[in-house]
Formats: sequence, C-alpha cells, structure tokens
Amino acid sequence: MRYRDYLIRRLLYTIPALIGLSMLIFAIARVMPGDPARLALGPEASEEQVQKLRDELGLNLPIHIQYLHYMRGVFEGKLGVSLYTNRDVVVDLIEYFPATFELVTVAMILAVAVGIPLGILSAIRQDRWEDHTTRVFALSGVSMPRFWIGILFQLILAYHLGLLPITGRIAPDLPSPTHITGLYLIDTLITGNFVALKSTLAHLVMPAVTLSLSPIAQLMRVVRASMIEQMRKGYILTARANGMPENLLVYKYMLKNAFIAALTIIGLLYGFFLGGAFVVETVFSWPGMARYGVRAFIFKDFNAIIGVVLVIAVAYAVINIVVDIAYGLLDPRIRLGAEAREA
Amino acid sequence: MSESQTPNPEQQAQAVALGRQNAVGSYEARFEDLWRTLHRLRRSTLSLVGLGIVLGIILMAVFAPYAAPYPEDVDSVHFERVFQPPGREFLFGTDEVGRDVLSRVIFGTRISLSLGVTVLVISLSIGLPLGLIAGYMGGPVSTFIMRLTDIFLAIPPLVLALAVSAVLTPTLENSIIAISFGWWPWYTRLIQGQVLSIKEEAFVEACRSAGANPWYIAFKEILPNCLSILIIKVTLDIGYAILTGAVLGFLGLGVRPPTPEWGTMASKGRLHLPARWWMTTFSGLAIFVTVLGFNLLGDGLRDAFDVELE
Repeated sequence: MRYRDYLIRRLLYTIPALIGLSMLIFAIARVMPGDPARLALGPEASEEQVQKLRDELGLNLPIHIQYLHYMRGVFEGKLGVSLYTNRDVVVDLIEYFPATFELVTVAMILAVAVGIPLGILSAIRQDRWEDHTTRVFALSGVSMPRFWIGILFQLILAYHLGLLPITGRIAPDLPSPTHITGLYLIDTLITGNFVALKSTLAHLVMPAVTLSLSPIAQLMRVVRASMIEQMRKGYILTARANGMPENLLVYKYMLKNAFIAALTIIGLLYGFFLGGAFVVETVFSWPGMARYGVRAFIFKDFNAIIGVVLVIAVAYAVINIVVDIAYGLLDPRIRLGAEAREA
Repeated sequence: MSESQTPNPEQQAQAVALGRQNAVGSYEARFEDLWRTLHRLRRSTLSLVGLGIVLGIILMAVFAPYAAPYPEDVDSVHFERVFQPPGREFLFGTDEVGRDVLSRVIFGTRISLSLGVTVLVISLSIGLPLGLIAGYMGGPVSTFIMRLTDIFLAIPPLVLALAVSAVLTPTLENSIIAISFGWWPWYTRLIQGQVLSIKEEAFVEACRSAGANPWYIAFKEILPNCLSILIIKVTLDIGYAILTGAVLGFLGLGVRPPTPEWGTMASKGRLHLPARWWMTTFSGLAIFVTVLGFNLLGDGLRDAFDVELE
C-alpha cells in the first residue's frame, strides 16, 4: 500500500516538471531571434502578408497569453501548424513517431540482450582476457561519436561489402506496408508480407546497432560493477563455502542483482536513445520524429520544435515511471525503503 | 543522530576526534591521500594511456600553430589540391577546398577543449552552489531548487541542447551556452545527494555542535569531501561535453564552417562519401580518441579514489 503512495507521489512530481518544461521550451522557441512568419513566407512576401500570418499564428499577443492558447490547443489535440509542412504538428508527429519508436525499441532490446550477458561475462571472468576485452570495448563504445560509427558502418558494410542497404527504412521499390500500427516489423508480420519484413530488418540493422553501442557499453559497466560487488558479499561466500556449484551461484543469486543494477540505468539510457536518435536518423535518413525534429531545429519551425520536445519529454517520463514500478517489483528493499522513508 | 538530544561534552570531544580521523581537517592526511591516489593511478596502464592522451591533446591545442604541418590551412583555400587522398604530403588528405585535414584536426583540439572545459566551468559554477544550498539548507529553498532541476532533467540533455542551439545563432559561444543549459542540473543533483549523506556524519555533527557557521560547514567541511567524486565526474564529463558539441556541429546546429570543429568537418565530409572517406573518418577519429582519453583517465581516477559513481 505504502509503495503505491510512493509511486503516486513520484507521478505527482513528474507532472509539474513536465508543465515547467513546456513553459521553458515555449519561452525558448518563441523568443528566438528572427521572425518565424517572415522565415516561413520568404523574403519576397510583403510586410502586410507577414503581419497577417503573425496575427493568424497569434504571435502579436503577449507571451503568456500565447502559452495559454497553446496549452488549450494541446488539450484539444492540436500542437499548432508547422511552418514547414503546413500541417498541424500532431499530424506530422503521428506520421513520424512510429518509425522512431520502432528504431529505439529495437535498439533497446539489442542493448539489453547484449549488454547484460557481456557484463556478467566480464564479472565472472574478472581480470582475465574476456574481462579486459569487454572493458576496452565498453570504454570505446561510450567514447565513439554515434554519427561516426554510423558512417563507418555505411562505408564498410554498405559501400564496400554491399551487405546492407545504406539508408532508409525499406527498399524504395517496395510499397510501404499496410498501415496497422505504423511499426513496419509488426505490420509486415501481421500481413505475412515476408519480402517487406526482410527488407525492413535489413534496413534496421545498422541504425539499431549504431544506436545501441554506447548503451550496451554502459549496461555492461553497471552490471559488471554490481556483480563484482555481490561476489564479495558474505552470503555468496557462505554459499560457496558450503559447496554450492559456481553456475548455480551465478544464476540463482547474482543474476537478479545484475538485472536490478541494469534497471537502475535503463530509464537514463532511454534518454540516451531518444537523444541519439537525432544523430542516427540523420545519418541513415530514417524517416522518424527525430529527423523531423532536426529539420524543425534548423528551419526554426517553432511549433514543431515545441511539439517534438514535449513528445520526447512525455515518452521519457513514462519510461522512467515504468522503470520505477519494475524496480519496486524486482527489489523489495526499494519498496520497503520507500516505506521507511515515508514513515 | 537525528534524535537531537544535547550531547554531553565527552560525546562532543569524541565526535570531534572522529572527525579528525576522517581526515578532513588535517592537510597532511589529505596530502597523504592524494599521494596514495596518484600512486594507484600510476599502477594502471589504461589510466596512464588516458592521461597521456589528455596531456597530448592539451599540448596540441596550445602549440597548434607549430604542430600543424600547414597552419595557414585553418582559413585559406587551395583549389589546386582539393581531395588529395591521405599520403606522404598530406597525412590525412585534403578537403573540398584543398585544406590539409590533419592541420584542421590539430586546430580542432582548441575548439573542442575550450568547449568542454567552458561547459564544465559554467555547469559547476551554477550547479555546485545550488546543490550545496539545496542539500544543506533543506526546507522550501531546497524543494524549489530540486523541482527546478526536475524541469531540466525531464528531457534528455542532448535534446535540450539541440532545442536551445536551434534558437541561437550558430557560434562556439552559443554552443557552449546551449550545452551548459541542460548540464548544470546534474551537478546540483550530485552535490545535493552527497551533501545529504555527508551532513549526517559525525564530524559535521561535531562542527555543528561546536557552533560553526553553516556556510563554513558547507564550504570547508562538506565540499572537500565531495572533491574526489567531482574530479572524476568532471573528467568524464569534459569528454561527453566535447561529444555533445560535435553532435551539434554534425547536425548543423553548432559551430559554422570554416571553423575547424570536428563534428562540422565530419558533416561536410559526409557529402563526399564514399570515395573521399578521409575527411569524416579522421575528424571522427579525433573525437573518439579525445573522448576516450578523458574516459580512460576518469575511469582510472574512479578506481584510484575508490569511489562509486552511479
């Protein structure tokens, strides 16, 4: 019961933070130098036309009134017109979000599936060559700029070896899969369109690996550190002294702690994925929200900037709350700790 | 400790003695610690490699005009030698207007280092005092500060940096502002957490019961105890700030050409792939080596100080 209260309180902290962020980003996007209306209409437009558009966009109103108008729109499901696509930003985001979601999710699964086992390996083979190799790999992984990894992949795997397609989400000569979820992997699977599925997978490999390399490294480091800490604990020593087989020791006791350790940084890593998507989508011409965002940033498309930032913030908040819940379920100490703090 | 019954003089004396044992007050003890730390750092090869890279980068930045084979290539064009592949004359090749890539990479150390260091100086000078105040004062002031950091932490730092740099004109100074904008709250968080735990230690309690000024306690007793964790975090973060700056440059939101910024150079070079691979490859390599250097050093320091950092 108490733990539920803790979670509710956690949720209640998130809401003011998101509202604060919306104000912050609104202020940033609207104070930018250069008139967005002028920018949208181009240098040919007359002063009257610019003023008319400014009136239509509500840019002549005081900033706090503009913000209130904007927030009213948000609750009506509108995020304002993009100056670049001339559509409501919501329509744009609905179109572009699934591609980003698919990429980030696949990268996340990849990171967990590779990072945790490597971390465990590194810990149980501590100070042997497996450990040294994975540590060097980990340090390199967090130090490489993602755009560089992506470009090197393109150069080697796509241009020179011709193994994988260079850019895009699906082969250009294939029709887009029937739209059900917007996630190509799922849509092609449901409709049994295996040619498209194969093409989608081939297109996903390089962007997903590029995006997950640094998180894999970070997961590895955290899991390794936690496992080594556990190994020094008394209960493991006792179990080992009692002749419990080493494998059983690892699987029965240490694995759960490794997962908990991984979970503590997954929320943070999700932020890494969302940020990294801006780079990866640009390098691989991935038709997602982040590439849309980059375009919005460059063209100073203020409604699109606010929209993209808010959607990312909400996604980030949701994943962090989910992580918190999972954390409490996996580790009773957190639950009880929260209760103790409340008391 | 939290049940605040008045301690008798004997307990007080004990607490003060305990404080000394924690080696906060005594300079000799602190030097001894530092010596031991350096010794531990020296034993680890990887840390030494990191230290070597960082020192190398600093030297290169300082002596860039002497280290670069064609120092004038930072802002001059040579159309007679465009797209020369890497070779004896031009180790890293030349770019689309005939500038020596190696020279520009060397001058790039100045841009990246000043960006990384300045971002950290700004973030520390905002984040550290706020963290100390939030941790030590408690109450509504602390709540206000921490809720404020929540706003900034509600979004991945890179995304915030991108949004801020979008509204500013693309210069080095503005990249620094954009990155710092979302960087300081991490330090507020870190310091606040540290202060909260150190605050309960006996030596702080002793100071307090001896009637020391809260500011004195915060800066003279608590802050020195956060120093090792700060040194590690700053070392690692200089690398990550450089990485972020390169991303801004790569996406066209950072430093503008012809400034020899590595991310911008990589982005320019991308237009000439796959045939002219050297521009992007070598500027990316420069970023990688630099960030790796700071990471190796930071990691080594972490082991040497034996501090856990989340």
